[in-house]
This record gives sequence, C-alpha cells and structure tokens, in this order.
Amino acid sequence: MAIQARDLSKDYKYGFHDEDISVFRTKKGLSPEVVAAISQHKNEPEWMLKFRLKALDHFTKRPMPTWGADLSGIDFDNIYYYVKPVEEQSRSWDDVPDSIKRTFDRLGIPEAERMFLAGVSAQYDSEVVYHNIREDLEKQGVLFSDCDTGLREHEEIFRKYFGTVIPPNDNKFAALNSAVWSGGSFVYVPAGVKVEIPLQAYFRINSDNMGQFERTLIIAEEGSSVHYIEGCTAPNYSNDSLHSAVVELIAHKGAKIRYTTIQNWSDNVYNLVTKRAIAHEDATVEWIDGNLGSKITMKYPSVYLMGERAHAEVMSAAFAGSGQHQDAGSKAIHVAPNTTSNIVSRSISKGSGRTSYRGHIKVLPKAHDVKVNVRCDALLLDLESRSDTYPYMDIENPDVSVGHEATVSKVGEDQIFYLTSRGISEQDATALIVNGFFEPFVKELPMEYAVELNRLLAMSMEGAIG
Amino acid sequence: MSDRATLDIAQLRASIDGKEILQGVDLQVRQGEIHALMGPNGSGKSTLAYTVMGHPKYSVTGGTLTFAGEDLLPLTPDARARLGLFLCFQYPTAIPGVTLVNFLRAALRAQGKELPAREFLHRLNAEMSALKIDETFRSRYINDGFSGGEKKRSEILQLAMVRPKLAILDETDSGLDVDALRTVAEGVMSLAGPDMGVLVITHYPRILKYLRPDVVHVLHAGRMVTSGGHDLAERIEREGYEPILGRAGVESSPAPV
Repeated sequence: MAIQARDLSKDYKYGFHDEDISVFRTKKGLSPEVVAAISQHKNEPEWMLKFRLKALDHFTKRPMPTWGADLSGIDFDNIYYYVKPVEEQSRSWDDVPDSIKRTFDRLGIPEAERMFLAGVSAQYDSEVVYHNIREDLEKQGVLFSDCDTGLREHEEIFRKYFGTVIPPNDNKFAALNSAVWSGGSFVYVPAGVKVEIPLQAYFRINSDNMGQFERTLIIAEEGSSVHYIEGCTAPNYSNDSLHSAVVELIAHKGAKIRYTTIQNWSDNVYNLVTKRAIAHEDATVEWIDGNLGSKITMKYPSVYLMGERAHAEVMSAAFAGSGQHQDAGSKAIHVAPNTTSNIVSRSISKGSGRTSYRGHIKVLPKAHDVKVNVRCDALLLDLESRSDTYPYMDIENPDVSVGHEATVSKVGEDQIFYLTSRGISEQDATALIVNGFFEPFVKELPMEYAVELNRLLAMSMEGAIG
Repeated sequence: MSDRATLDIAQLRASIDGKEILQGVDLQVRQGEIHALMGPNGSGKSTLAYTVMGHPKYSVTGGTLTFAGEDLLPLTPDARARLGLFLCFQYPTAIPGVTLVNFLRAALRAQGKELPAREFLHRLNAEMSALKIDETFRSRYINDGFSGGEKKRSEILQLAMVRPKLAILDETDSGLDVDALRTVAEGVMSLAGPDMGVLVITHYPRILKYLRPDVVHVLHAGRMVTSGGHDLAERIEREGYEPILGRAGVESSPAPV
C-alpha cells in the first residue's frame, strides 16, 4: 500500500521514457564550442558570450571542492549542458505511471500543475488564471520573466546587475552555471512598489524554467518589497543528474526581498546551488529554504549586509532520507555596523540519510553593534541516521552580540508512546513529531505549500518504522 | 454477565531492565466502576498503568491481561487505545510543534471518532470551559512549556474528548493545588458513569473524596495486599500505609469484584 515518494522516482526512471524529439541540443560534455553554441542559439549579445567563455575557463581551471558532500560521482563529460525542449507537448497523460498520478492525488496538486510536473504539458497553462495578476504587475512597472527574456528585453538593467553578486569565479559550480545557464527568473521591482502577492515561478509560460542550470536575478529598488517563490513540494522527476543554479538578489535601501524555495528532487540528482543576496542600508533579505529529496544537496543561502541596519533572515529545513546527504546552511557577512542576522536551521535524517549544517558568520572590523543569532536543530529518526554541525565564525569587531545554539535529538520512545496511547499509529505518530519539528519553518510558507509539505513529510514517513 | 468491557488482570508479572516490578497482580475493573489503586511510593502502581497501556520498556513475564475479552499482550499501545483504554499520564511528554487541536483531531480520527470540524470545535470549547482551560490552549503545542497543573488539565481534556471505556489516571492529583484538584476531579466525575470505568492511581486519599471509588486496592511490592471500600482510603489517610501493610502482610488477596 505504502507508496514512497522515493520509490516513485525509480518507477519514473525506468518506465517513463522521454522520447528524444528535442529541436536543439548541444553534444555531451563541455567545451568552448558547446558554450558558444548555447549563446548563439539564444541570439545573445557578444558580452554574454564572453562572460560565458570566461566562466568556462574558471570552471575548467578550478579544482573540485574537497569539503562538504562527496561529489566524486559526477561525470561532467556525460551531461548534456543544453537541451531546448520542443514547444508542444511531448508526453501523453496516459503514459504517466499510475503511481505518479496517485502521488499527485495524495498531494492534492491541481490538475493543470500535474500536467506540467509530469512533463505532459511543456507549458503550464497559467495564462488565463494569472492574466489579471500580470496586468497589475505591469501597471506597477514590475518586470517578471524568465532570465533569457530579461536579457533580451531589458538588457540595460540586466547587464548592470547580472553576475555582480555571484561572480563567475566565485566557486566551481557558479562558474559552471555562468558558462551554460539557461532559464530561471528575472524580477525587477521599481522604487517604492510593494508587490502584494507572492511571485511564483509557475506564473511564467516558459518551457525552460525547470532547467538544470537556471539563473535567477532579482532586483528590488529603494523602498520596494517582493516575495518570490520557486519550486514545489511535488516530487520533481528529473533524468538530469546535475542541477546547479545561481540565484542573485539585490535589495536596495529599505527594500525587502523574501525568497522561498521548496525543492524535492528525485534521488539521483546532485543539487549544487549558489544563492547570495546583497542587502543595502535598512534592507531586509529573507531566505526560506526547504530541501527534500536529491542525492546530494549543497546549498548555503548567503546575505552580504553592506549597509547600516540591514537585516538577514535565513530559515531552512532539510530532510534526508536513506542514501541522501543534505549539506545545507547559511552565511551572513556583516560588512556594515548595526546589521543583524537571524539564522534558523532544522534538519531531519531518516534511515541512512545524513544532514549537515554548515554555517559561516563573518563580522568585518568596521561592523560594530552587530547582532547575530544562529540556531540549528537536528532530529534523527533512527540509529543509522546522522547529523553534523559545522559552524564557522570570524568575528573581527569586539562590539558584537553572537548567540549560537545547536541541538541534536532523537525521536523519543516516550513521545511515540504518548501519541500511540491515544490511538495514533506509530507511523502517524512519527509523522506528527516530524511535522511538529518543521513547524517553525512550515508556518513561514504560504498555506498551500504548507499543506503540501506536511502531506509529503507524512508520505516519506510511511514504512519508516515497524 | 453484562456486556460492559472489563479490564482483567490476572497474576500479571512485569519487569523493566530485567528487574521484576509486578509480581503477580490481580485486578478487575469493569466499565462503569470506579476503582482506586493506592500504595506507597515504589509499590508498582505506575508500572501497572504503563504495562496495561503497553509501554515498550516494560516486558510482561507472566500472567494474563485482557480488556473486553481481547488479549492485550500482543497489541501495540495504539491498538489498546482503540479498544477503549486511556491513560492519563503522570508526566505527559511535550511534542513541540504539534498543537493540541491537531493532536486531538488525529487521535479521534485514529479511533474512528472523528467529528465534523464545527462539532469538534464546539465540543472542544465546551470541555475546555468546563475544565477552566484558557482558549489559547488550542493552538499551544502539546505539553510544551505547560505548567504542572496545565498538563493535568490537558490530560483530562483529552480524556473528555476521547471518551474511552476505561480511563487509568496515573497520579493525576500530584502537583495540583486544592482548586485545580477539584476542577480536575469534577471533570473526571462528569465523565464517569455507565459508559466509562475509572482506575485512579494515587498515594494521597484526597482526590478520592471527590471520586468516591467503589473499590480501593492497595498495592505493595508488586502485589495486591488488600482491597476494601471507601473506608479503606479513610483509614490510610488516618493511619498511613504501615498498619495496613502490617495487617495484610504481603500475601496477595484477590480483588472482590
């Protein structure tokens, strides 16, 4: 009876054939020719081609990181770096395995989204639903498109900020993304504009937006605010073994950006993402980052607090099932005085799953009266599971208040007994405890995401115990 | 014989970490009756409660344990609860992040007693006001940061919502002030009746003034030493356990039910 999300992804891999009808794709492996072909196919300006080629050079020269998770299984030569999917539908709903349809049912995913997620509809038909919302945004001068369109239609703004927060030589995987990026979102919010509804990646009609090497750039001008949501709790079935995104946020004076991510990659995926924000004077940046699934995730959303009184908030949740390693955490770099950061991390390991919290707090000499608060809690579901904490702190100013608390706990026999003594099965009791542990994270999510995440967690508990 | 569910404990032996705590306990409690189980500290009262409910730390090494004719020994705690057993914990465990409301709904659903949302909230509010529980309780996390008194009220609230056939109250009176004790005891009495039996475990007779048990049992060193009416509880209050334990010796005497 029990259907595990993880098992479904296996069904997918073996039974869900993706016929090769792509209109354009580069050959396997990386070379300047491949990079040039991508740029040419997209009709990009010369500066972007140069940017890509330079990034490729960084990527090639840079050694693999020796810290963090084990990345030795990645075969860079055996990857297609750019595949342009055909515009029309490539699979029939009838081809989608029943097990996946059941997962969608149980998660309560709306019909239109199911088609999209299952790859049946390359275009998620959101145009009608969101038409009014898009009109409102346009009236306010908000730009919201995929990144390729952003470059094509708003080159001046795009070029001013692109690659300024995360330069191509930042790390090996940022370099890789910079060389071969495609898709992702471009958001520009003019000064003083408060975007009331969360912008969701679904709003766009874009066949590229679930790409392997997506690139997102969000600029919030002075006094503006925006909430961007990407991803979805439904299992993201992917044949791609490597997902390496770059996300850059710029919050100008007094602006506020909240970036919410929920990702649930299938368990063959290496998910190596660089996310970084710059917060100017009085700006607030909030990363809400949930990681389920994948084989290995390495992701440390960061905030550079460049202006006085800037504030960073990072709340992350990670769930590692058997065979998975979630190496996640956060960085806050306090450059200016009176800046504050609050980092809260919750992780759960199940079976042979492993979670690591890796955090870096840096306070530069001129940043006085800084307040830092870090709290990371890990929950282990069984004896086999594992959790580690690697907190790094470089504090170069004496006038700083730093709070750091880390706990590792196990699901207690007494907790289970208490819940089961009320008639609740052991499996449901564990799911309740797990949901409760993630509650501080979940309550930051919009309702529909919260509901989906709780259901998904309950499903991953099935068959966990007894 | 009536069709009332009976908890039937016969020659029950149970141990924890290899140490035998219950050394052949006999006790019968029928739905609709109120029994008190008394005894000095360390006599095995809480062990009996946990063993009946199926805590995995306690292993049964002999005797039989049935409820409503069903053998409890092979059953997990949740299956025992679904048969109609309920344990009010002496030290309820905190479950951070899980609200009392969500927990109660999950428990009722699991027991096939789910109510429509409106009816559920209506009943919950009524029970809460009867137990003088503040309404902010609904969205608080189970036992997380509760005071001693709040934990006990929350246990009785759960009891009132679940309506089991037999409630075991494990030292529900401990740590309560006089007013809280009365509220909790009145809460239990409003539930006790033909549909619910009560086994109240205590070493203070004061809660028994409210609960008026039909039978009082005294457990000592893992065995029943004597049983009697309410006057036995009064005698314990007057004289303490020593004269009674001295008189009855350590031989177990079957409960006259």
